[in-house]
Amino acid sequence: MNLLTSWLFDPTNWSGTGGIPQRLVEHLWYTALALAIAIVIGFPLGALVGHTKRGGFVLVGAANVLRALPTVGVLTLVVLLAGIGLVPPIAALTLLAIPPIMAGAYAGIQAVEPVVVDAARGVGMTEREVLFQVEIPNAMPLIFGGVRSAALQVVATATIAAYVGLGGLGRYVFDGLALHDYPQMAGGAILVAVLAVLVELVLTGVQRLVVSPGLRPVRTSGGTQR
Amino acid sequence: MTWVFDHLGLLGDLTVTHVYLSVLPVVLGLIIAIPLGWAASRWRPARAFLLTVSGLLYTIPSLALIVILPAIISTKTLDPVNVIITLTVYTIALLVRSIADALSAVPPTIVAAATAIGYRPFKRFLGVEFPLAIPVVVAGLRVAMVSNISLVSVGALIGIAGYGQLFTNGFQLQFVTEIVTGIVATLLLALVADLVLQLIGRLVTPWTRVGR
Repeated sequence: MNLLTSWLFDPTNWSGTGGIPQRLVEHLWYTALALAIAIVIGFPLGALVGHTKRGGFVLVGAANVLRALPTVGVLTLVVLLAGIGLVPPIAALTLLAIPPIMAGAYAGIQAVEPVVVDAARGVGMTEREVLFQVEIPNAMPLIFGGVRSAALQVVATATIAAYVGLGGLGRYVFDGLALHDYPQMAGGAILVAVLAVLVELVLTGVQRLVVSPGLRPVRTSGGTQR
Repeated sequence: MTWVFDHLGLLGDLTVTHVYLSVLPVVLGLIIAIPLGWAASRWRPARAFLLTVSGLLYTIPSLALIVILPAIISTKTLDPVNVIITLTVYTIALLVRSIADALSAVPPTIVAAATAIGYRPFKRFLGVEFPLAIPVVVAGLRVAMVSNISLVSVGALIGIAGYGQLFTNGFQLQFVTEIVTGIVATLLLALVADLVLQLIGRLVTPWTRVGR
């Protein structure tokens, strides 16, 4: 076990340039940026298709192709085309995050009880009001499930940004590999794993806050998981 | 395209490795997940425990697990076994839930009818309950298969063979064709694997198409 912890608990690794706090902030910055862009692109698309009930087949097909896209391939390709910088990893991570967000928004809104939507139209709501005040709040468990799943994949995969010369916790994995320094590699890997679990816990908490209490009893015994 | 035709041998080798590293974990994962899913569908405490553990395991990033495993089970750092175990763990984590849910969804009347005509619990599971759960299991397997195929490429970053090598090599040589070939090959493999699984799913559940 010393192999796993000797580097991790060495205080000199916890401060200064290239220290764990700095790498952690970089890692979270890539994650947040990619996730934000993916939400801006994926959520409206999924919501629109879910609301109009048109093009669902195309959307699900597109999401599946994107899901099968190898992130490492996209990353290296964009580096060769656009050069080293923030663009390649963010592009690759955004493509990774779009499918679950888009599919979650689509599935959630599409599955809102037609009776509820009809009632909303019946009391005189405009289409915009139906979408924002009825469909989106009712679809929140699935929408948020998609975002959570995307966040988890992005925080795990942001590790590979270091492969093309950027920072983040992946730095330790690839530096350790290059230097044949296993404790450093393992330390980086453990940090990424702990971060992923923490992100999952925080988002589970946030989900409780954003999902209307009125929807809670509807949850089946297993809850919304991937 | 000339590069592709000049390197068909290499592509063939990488395809074999990639298929082996992504399919074997799915098979192993299915074999292990069936009894676990069965246990989770039978006993509430087992369900709570198994689903919590699978959720947690599924949260751990693949690259991290591949790197940490050698220290836990004393394998070599670049041993493909680390990839196989990691992907098997993910497959189990994914399938336990779907198998448990599918088995719980079998109507009690059907189970009661099977018991009434003389099925013992074990034969009833193999002959009645599990077959009815197959469509959901196949759906789970398809997700596991596609995600395994794309995760094997991640292993290339720390030196494990497969299509991922086309990415790392193409990156080092600044050779776009090789990377594009790798991406297309991965997408094709995912597509073929998905079609094969759907086909197997149809073949083993002929009753779903009767009486339409």
